[in-house]
Amino acid sequence: MPSIKLLKGNHAAAYACKSARVGMVAAYPITPQSPVVEKISEFVEAGELPGTEFVKVESEQSAIAAVIAASATGSRVFTASSANGLAYMHELLPWAAGTRLPVVLCIASRALAAPWSVWTDHADVFATRDCGWITMFAENNQEIYDTVLTAYRVAEDPNVYLPAFCAYDGYILSHTLMPVQVEDIEKVDQFLPPLKHHINLTDFEHVKGVGPVTLPDPPDRGEYGYAPGYFEFRFSMQRSLEHSLSVIKQAHKEFSEIFGRSYGNGVYKTYKMEDAEVAIFAVMSVAAESRLAVDFLREKGIKVGLVSLKVFRPFPSEDLREIFKDISNVVVFDREIGYGWEGVLSYELKAALYKSSTQPDIKGYIVGLGGRDITYQQIAKGVQTALTMESVNENPIQTDFIGLQLDKLQFLKREGGY
Amino acid sequence: MIKKESNSMILDAEAHPLDSYLRPGRIPHIWCSGCSLGSITTVVIEAIIESEIDPKNIAIVSGIGCTGRAAGYLNFDSFHTTHGRALPFAIGLGITDPNRKVIVISGDGDIASIGGNHLIHAARRNADITVFCVNNFQYGMTGGQVGPTSYIGQYQTTSPYGNIEEPFNLPALAASCGATYVSRWTALDVRRMKESFVEALLHKGFSFVEILGACPTTYGRRNQLRDGLTILENFKNRTILQHGIDPMKAQIQKDGPIIVGKFVEIQKPTLTDNLLRLHKMAKNVKPEL
Ligand code: SF4
Repeated sequence: MPSIKLLKGNHAAAYACKSARVGMVAAYPITPQSPVVEKISEFVEAGELPGTEFVKVESEQSAIAAVIAASATGSRVFTASSANGLAYMHELLPWAAGTRLPVVLCIASRALAAPWSVWTDHADVFATRDCGWITMFAENNQEIYDTVLTAYRVAEDPNVYLPAFCAYDGYILSHTLMPVQVEDIEKVDQFLPPLKHHINLTDFEHVKGVGPVTLPDPPDRGEYGYAPGYFEFRFSMQRSLEHSLSVIKQAHKEFSEIFGRSYGNGVYKTYKMEDAEVAIFAVMSVAAESRLAVDFLREKGIKVGLVSLKVFRPFPSEDLREIFKDISNVVVFDREIGYGWEGVLSYELKAALYKSSTQPDIKGYIVGLGGRDITYQQIAKGVQTALTMESVNENPIQTDFIGLQLDKLQFLKREGGY
Repeated sequence: MIKKESNSMILDAEAHPLDSYLRPGRIPHIWCSGCSLGSITTVVIEAIIESEIDPKNIAIVSGIGCTGRAAGYLNFDSFHTTHGRALPFAIGLGITDPNRKVIVISGDGDIASIGGNHLIHAARRNADITVFCVNNFQYGMTGGQVGPTSYIGQYQTTSPYGNIEEPFNLPALAASCGATYVSRWTALDVRRMKESFVEALLHKGFSFVEILGACPTTYGRRNQLRDGLTILENFKNRTILQHGIDPMKAQIQKDGPIIVGKFVEIQKPTLTDNLLRLHKMAKNVKPEL
């Protein structure tokens, strides 16, 4: 029987690892991620996860290195981090993707320093954008559990073989209790078959070299033929990532058949989009709050809906073109900044809709950095303001902020700039 | 100033003699009641005063963790750096500003774990840095995970059945890597700690002082040492003072003796000395015409 437990977001991730019977976990403490691995270590030491190794390493960089290596031995692996801890892993993020190892990593999102802040902010997640990982988001604790299982299923698909992130808001989800259905192991096994590995260092019949040096123009080596080049490896990564979109959708379809829960089409979720003329586009905590803003605005007679992105990489541009095709205005709320340009979601969406024949006006706002609260009233106000603007596309570089307290905090303008 | 209010004597916080060394607006601090970090910070300030180093010439660098918060509270130029990176920041500061007294105040998790690589290299180079490393035997700020100084059998959130790994012996590590001043004290040894801090501050080269801290919140209560006082009593009962002992013999074990004292004090050219020598050599090289 599946059991319903009252779990914090971090513990929901830990239970998903238990359900997936991960073989190896390595992690380093950082707020707000730490309870994920504390829980796993508890499972391991209580004998509830026989066959799982839990390694306490001396840094995040060691954690990711250790799980990559363990993955190459054919083990299902897990790690988790936040903010600067995740940033410290960066050296090895493209390595995990480049070696095509299905590592799964949970991000309890948190603001990047400096200055220090331990509260939620999506900058850490989006800074990983170009590392070649699949990136998925969760809006509640059940979704964290479900997304971790899905992440393994997709990452380990032989047509994908890429690492995957499951990101959720630090504190807002990581430390908040919600009921979570923990599934029967038989059902989980049905959804998530055992890992079949493309590199298996425990197969001693074949000698393998992981991460070899590649040449810009590999020469003909006579009887040994050509070795693949860096360019080709990276090409295959890109194609697999593109292809993973359909794998994610298929996995999600099967997930909903087996467990009876679904999240839109697996790559984005909608709320009251059926008759919407205006749409909010957001992720994670901001998307969750936006649902209330939709209801609030609908009471005022504005036909608003929400598109909450579930998968950021691969970016589902076709899907977004389709869902926004009859929408006049999209208002994007980013809890990070693509510094020097604008909110990442905002410019990614603009790029995706560039080819669309009916382009909506897209207005972006920056909200809630460093954990500052963002309320549905503020989101609603942002939407209303955007609707009064003539054409928001005219000045695309300008970033507008909601919730700044420059005057109250006496944040003084320096001479010649901020 | 002490003023009388009803039946109890309370300290007038505004008049504390060390107040000017704390950064206005940053107090109250976040440290738990019963934590030894408050008294250790007091000793740091007193030692700085006693060393007669101009406060304007001092820079405090810290990493992440409970101890790392000290940089934010002390009213000197400060850097609250990333986790583990206090020492490279300190090296950068010291090299470009050799007249500065660069002090690193950070925890065992920061200095010996994620920053361990930097510790061994800063010691090897005999960089002109004073390190006050508060060892609370685990990662306190993140809630009490096992760390590289946790002893065998220690209970923490990631070792609910007792730690199985050998801990670092920090004085031995620093000494073997080339630190030229090494000592260890417990949080109870405030008087000796202060003398040692002054020596370390005035020492030329890499000075490393380990302070065994009392952390009731995430260490003590999991290890039958439920409050700060109990930990200090435990330290008192286990402490043996042995100046000059080979720090290799000062490993900490569960319930074993805690050896404190000054273990190393030698003179060697420092990183700054060597860099200045290099500059001089470079100046003396006659360009070939
Ligand atoms: S957790 Fe421990 S070290 Fe940190 S402030 Fe509290 S008592 Fe002190």
